[in-house]
Amino acid sequence: MPIAKVNGVEVEFEPGMTVLQVAELAGEEIPRFCYHERLSIAGNCRMCLVEVKPGPPKPQASCALPAADKQEIFTNTPMVKKAREGVMEFLLINHPLDCPICDQGGECDLQDEAMGYGRDDSRYSENKRAVEEKFMGPLIKTVMTRCIQCTRCVRFATEIAGVSDLGLIGRGEDAEITTYLEKAVASELSGNLADICPVGALTHKPWAFNYRSWELKKTESVDVMDAVGSAIRVDVRGPEVMRVLPRVNEAINEEWLADKARYAVDGLMRQRLDRPYVRIGGKLVEATWSQAFAAVAGKLKATAPDRIGVIAGDLSAAEEMKAALDLFAALGVKSLDCRQDGSAAHPKWGRESYLFNSTIQGIEDADAILMIGTNPRTEAPLVNARIRKRWIRGELPIGVIGEQADLTYPYDYLGAGAASIAALGQSDSDFAKAFAAAERPVVIVGSGALARADGAAVLQLAAGLAKSGGEWNGFNVLHTAASRVGGLDLGFVPGEGGKTALQLVEKGGADVLVLLGADEIDLSATGAFVVYIGSHGDAGAHRADVVLPGAAYTEKPGVYVNTEGRAQLAERAIFPKGEAREDWTILRALSDHLGVRLPYDSLEQLRQALITDHPTFGQVDYAPGHSTAGSFSLAGVGEKGETAETPFASPVADYYLTNPIARASRTMAECSALHATAGRAPMAAE
Amino acid sequence: MSVRRLAQVQPDSFAFSAETRSLADWWIAKYPEGRQASAVIPILWLVQKQEGWVSEPAIRTIAALLGMPVIRVFEVATFYTMFQLEPVGTKALIQVCGTTPCMLRGAGELMDVCKKKIGDKDHLSADGNFTWQEVECLGACVNAPMAQINDYYYEDLTAETMTQIIDDFAAGKAPKPGSYAGRHTSEPAGGAKTLGDPALYDGSLGEPIKSLPNTPAPEKAQEGAAS
Repeated sequence: MPIAKVNGVEVEFEPGMTVLQVAELAGEEIPRFCYHERLSIAGNCRMCLVEVKPGPPKPQASCALPAADKQEIFTNTPMVKKAREGVMEFLLINHPLDCPICDQGGECDLQDEAMGYGRDDSRYSENKRAVEEKFMGPLIKTVMTRCIQCTRCVRFATEIAGVSDLGLIGRGEDAEITTYLEKAVASELSGNLADICPVGALTHKPWAFNYRSWELKKTESVDVMDAVGSAIRVDVRGPEVMRVLPRVNEAINEEWLADKARYAVDGLMRQRLDRPYVRIGGKLVEATWSQAFAAVAGKLKATAPDRIGVIAGDLSAAEEMKAALDLFAALGVKSLDCRQDGSAAHPKWGRESYLFNSTIQGIEDADAILMIGTNPRTEAPLVNARIRKRWIRGELPIGVIGEQADLTYPYDYLGAGAASIAALGQSDSDFAKAFAAAERPVVIVGSGALARADGAAVLQLAAGLAKSGGEWNGFNVLHTAASRVGGLDLGFVPGEGGKTALQLVEKGGADVLVLLGADEIDLSATGAFVVYIGSHGDAGAHRADVVLPGAAYTEKPGVYVNTEGRAQLAERAIFPKGEAREDWTILRALSDHLGVRLPYDSLEQLRQALITDHPTFGQVDYAPGHSTAGSFSLAGVGEKGETAETPFASPVADYYLTNPIARASRTMAECSALHATAGRAPMAAE
Repeated sequence: MSVRRLAQVQPDSFAFSAETRSLADWWIAKYPEGRQASAVIPILWLVQKQEGWVSEPAIRTIAALLGMPVIRVFEVATFYTMFQLEPVGTKALIQVCGTTPCMLRGAGELMDVCKKKIGDKDHLSADGNFTWQEVECLGACVNAPMAQINDYYYEDLTAETMTQIIDDFAAGKAPKPGSYAGRHTSEPAGGAKTLGDPALYDGSLGEPIKSLPNTPAPEKAQEGAAS
């Protein structure tokens, strides 16, 4: 490997690295604004100047300069310092001195670098330029006078998000970042624009003027808005979650975060269930915990176990599902289900049959992708970003069976329904040939294909197209609910003679229904006595006869298993609201009232029981991926059966309103309304 | 150079004329499949030729034609100063060079004339016939001061000749382009001062060349080679 000298220290580096990267290898920090390791190189801010020998006797932009063998790089010479100070002075000519009222203040790259390279005064006596604010949608607030034209946002939108909405118009001093005629940025990843902006030009509109970054308590956690399980940091002040930011996790979200995960948090302060309610005379009346438990226990005791049903919702942590499972198994209840959408995914065909086996990072190794009944752009925006990342590298045939949506990359559309899966085997189209010849093909089956009466048959058809063996398992199920894989791992599915979630809510399906935050299931037909344990006053609580207030995902420690089968720990950032309790403790207390006391008194004991019974929960941050490819047989997945002609439909009709937290969020409501009008909202800025 | 933004008042629609469209197709065909966006600058020129300026509907139409995001066409149109983003005079668009040599030779006086006869810089005159602009060097410094009017250079101008030219355009005439100081192209004032020997031009001084030095031997013509 070539060797370069950085400030006299020899460093070995890989061919193709830039001078900036080599300097970082040597531990030298290079200031930069336009350079971002996940974006293309622009080289226009000039902050990363260094001195290089051999070379012309002038400072060089290290981000855009390929390093060479035997090169000498100097990052701390007087020339370098003077050059960077010059660049900084030019950047600050037109940058307003509004740091005290700027939301980026305290976490601003320009502010930080100005400490190192800025002058203490300005030599500029002309007028500063002023730039009009731009409308970019309800999530991005612009203060364009602060913009230093690094074009990170333009490159992010074009390359990662795949929507060419942003551009740099004009030239020279009049250059401005804008969307075309101030249209909203039509991306599910738009919040990242504010993250990568090195100054305060693009900030988070919903959080504007709400906090200073240094007054927040930071808790590392896991996102539950989709089944991807992005790594997040929950920033709170007092009892309120002020914001959610992404953490770096190369295996899942890299350093990006989808908009719903980021901006739905204002829903945590609205529509909250903060005390128990009992329905008396047709009206929900405030009650004490003991009254509520008495009402539930009385009803459960008076009902035969086969007339009781338990449905877990999309945001449930493994702990409360485990507690519910143990409690209702003790009562002899068989009808438990964590698949409120009626998905066919089932643990009886092996764990691999419902996991995203290729792993999200593994998408980058794929050489062909077939998507069945899924729209990853709305169901898992970061998986879509990963597919796009792989597609940009080139030579990736992509086929789609299901909805014909704009996925931000081109694909071959192969049909709308199950018949097209079977037809693909016989087809001699270009895609079919390329897919058959692929060594590492990825088949992604979405909830839209599984949540149907013929889901098991579709699953088998899809498995028939996948390849698994040796080092590669290309069979993937993309879930939309954060709780789903955890539920399936626990075996939270109907036992022998038990009813599925959809059967339970039919007329006469059950006499008592216990909902663990299940709000996405149609309760209009059921005549059952409904017990709702959850955090938000949504569909479930609306129909409930007893409401037991639980904790939202930021308010309880919990294990969530993402679609890859990766168990991850969510931490508690704030306490539950009012009288609400962590969900598993509610079930533990209820078990006392029912006389079948659960054998754990603390979270540690519960987790110990969880890991003992289901060892996969103990493998935190581990996804099995391809390691089980050898022992996994695709032939045993799903069931043979007739398939219906109805086309696959994505379960996510409105990306911004998929769960009770998002539905309680004002920001998400605004996004949804704007999305419905195709991004044109002339006066929606306020 | 002024701030380059779209005009406030825009037409409802834009359509390529048959001629513009066929020329556009010729340009697009020059680039390989998938690289049609490369034709954006020539096509912006064609549209400007057709309409006199580049309107917002035209930008959208070009983006659709080339299969590229509208914002990318918008970036190009706002970057290059030769693209007019507002309607310009129907009779003449006068671009007075304001860079150093022209300025030293009296471009300021030309601009005063324009201001008096047409009005403010960068704006359509009241009758809609004229627009004048100050532009950067047009590369005719030898004939300073000069102005580009529509497609031609008018050189060695004075306040009087500029007035005359504007009057001629207003009267519907087409004033002769080129130098107004009575010289041929950029010859010295008063005619050529060197290379005056007529023998230079009758061939009598030259010797026939037998072979070019340092040239490789010509290859033999291949039989059946493609013509």
